[in-house]
Amino acid sequence: MAHGAGGKASRRLVEGLFAPLLFGSSAEPLTDSARVLVDRTSVAVTTDSFVVSPLSFPGGSIGELAINGTVNDLAVSGARPEAIVVTFILEAGLPASVLESEVRAMADAARRANVKVVGGDTKVVEHGKADLMYVTATGIGSPIPALTIGPRSVRAGDKVLLSGPVGDHGITILLARGELDIEAELRSDTRSVYPFVEAISGAAGAAIRWMRDPTRGGVATSLNELARDCGLGIYLEEEELPVHDEVRGACELLGLDPLHIANEGQCIAIVAAEYADVALAAIHQTPGGGDARIIGEVREQPAATVLVGTRYGGTRVIDMLVGDPLPRIC
Amino acid sequence: MKFVDEFRDSDLIKKTAEEIRRLAGTTRHYRFMEVCGGHTHAIYRFGLKDILPENIELIHGPGCPVCVLPMGRIDDGLALAADDHVIFAAFGDMMRVPGTHGSPLEYKARGTDVRIVYSPSDALKLARINPDRHVMFFAIGFETTAPSTALTIMRARAEGIHNFSVFCNHVTIIPAIRAILDSPDMRLDAFIGPGHVSTVIGCRPYEWIAKDERKPIVVSGFEPLDILQAIVMILRQMRAGEAKVENQYKRVVPWEGNRAALRAMGEVFQLRPYFEWRGLGFISQSALRIRDLYAEWDAEQRFQVPGVRVTDPKAAQCGEVLKGVLKPVQCKLFGKECTPEHPLGALMVSSEGSCAAYFNYEHRKAMATSLSRSA
Repeated sequence: MAHGAGGKASRRLVEGLFAPLLFGSSAEPLTDSARVLVDRTSVAVTTDSFVVSPLSFPGGSIGELAINGTVNDLAVSGARPEAIVVTFILEAGLPASVLESEVRAMADAARRANVKVVGGDTKVVEHGKADLMYVTATGIGSPIPALTIGPRSVRAGDKVLLSGPVGDHGITILLARGELDIEAELRSDTRSVYPFVEAISGAAGAAIRWMRDPTRGGVATSLNELARDCGLGIYLEEEELPVHDEVRGACELLGLDPLHIANEGQCIAIVAAEYADVALAAIHQTPGGGDARIIGEVREQPAATVLVGTRYGGTRVIDMLVGDPLPRIC
Repeated sequence: MKFVDEFRDSDLIKKTAEEIRRLAGTTRHYRFMEVCGGHTHAIYRFGLKDILPENIELIHGPGCPVCVLPMGRIDDGLALAADDHVIFAAFGDMMRVPGTHGSPLEYKARGTDVRIVYSPSDALKLARINPDRHVMFFAIGFETTAPSTALTIMRARAEGIHNFSVFCNHVTIIPAIRAILDSPDMRLDAFIGPGHVSTVIGCRPYEWIAKDERKPIVVSGFEPLDILQAIVMILRQMRAGEAKVENQYKRVVPWEGNRAALRAMGEVFQLRPYFEWRGLGFISQSALRIRDLYAEWDAEQRFQVPGVRVTDPKAAQCGEVLKGVLKPVQCKLFGKECTPEHPLGALMVSSEGSCAAYFNYEHRKAMATSLSRSA
């Protein structure tokens, strides 16, 4: 099934099956968290499952991903992460030490992200049925006042901000699987992006139109979703896109596009042009945000399309990812 | 990045584009075929079409091994993989290519043991670590990948690894170029010659194109500057009234090719009398089979192959697009029944196929612009 890899198939699954049957006929564009009124207070809710092989990799592991991924979904939907519950699905025979180190990784990540883990559940399935371990995490957060983000707030002329280099996580995982004889000094970028969200919220407030953490399917898929939801075009300057040399090199060798590679610690924000520079400066001053850039802008045309300007004055359309990124050899 | 960035220098690229504009003038139309799918991919990826003058038209050639592979061959390979004992191994390029009952990835989802490998020797490694299974490597590609398949088969024999075989779909580039040139509706002025293939076969095999057909051919690298420089070299030949084989990709391609690679191919493979190419039909002496000496490692000799033949839908005009008679968008199925997610024709199958490349990089841009004009 290609439905889990982000991109077109995932979107069709959500829009074609889950949304109509489970969420009612709401025509609201899909976002990273839902808002629920509890005692007349708005609460952001999100849930995510984590399946990754190998369980740990340079720069992180499944436990850390589960916390950061959940925190990030809350953050980019404009909420301060407050609490998380986690569910483990474990294979019979999973070494206790592996489980312990993942729980420790979770605790550390939660401490770093300043979020409480308040509960959980464990199920054990037969050996060989769960890739050692699956984790599901559900998080709640409190909406940041003064933010009105969503695709409908986006206007032509807005700028596209990116918090740092793309593709580190996806390429790290690809290499950690050990199927490629490529070695690189590369680490997953898994981290909480809430500090960036907090910084730009403080600096630009209502001038922030939309945010997303470009995980599976990469920056290209996130921005294609936005382009479709807001009906505008998004223009990226390839030259402005921060990419580590190791990621570029691996992508060149494998015929992949860094814009399609997953990230676990980056945030894209669409910001009104007049606030773009202050928002950028705010990210730059946040630890880990030194490589943030303005990578492009929103345009009227071509509608619902993401266009990349190459450094030679040409352009190309970049679509959502279809299925998993597969290396090209021949 | 060394060996990459120097060939993406934007000032040099702009200067070269200027030179192309000057040499091409405005009075005539040029039709150049880039033979190799890698070139097609690069042309779209770097937006080179936008910086070339309008009177230079690039036609995307037959050099995408995935695209020209008939669907029946995929069906045959996957039929052999139905046996639980078999591990089906192939390059990532193959994984989304549809057979009659689905692509290798879809078979994998239904339980077939399908593995992505990055080289034939990785497939052999799989055979070593799974001694109780049979690993079948589904080999595709032109002379670029054929030598590594040959060496892997030689190694399997030398090491006495018997749970390994190759389902060989290797094809050769020259007969395909000849088929295109022999086509009565052919209207090409020159060729951008394939870079990777030429690292193996060298430049000599193209000499007949220059001598007999009077068409310039320039073997080119894959960076933007390489391709533009190859176009400059072609235009210079044409202005001088010449037709010769030139090598723009000297940093990688030796004129005589790679003798060791050719020797390995000669040791393991022999030409098939004929082979079917998707979109082009049967072409004689255009593909490789494994010699009888290595029959034990030849899946086709070792197992009962169904020999499926599947014809492309009648409405698909892949052949005309391949020969440059039609542009992708002029095919009746393009973008309607035939899309990269649901390819019906050969050229929509791989991202290097001309229709898929056109669809991904150009079609939506063109659609969006025309919509905004009519609005």
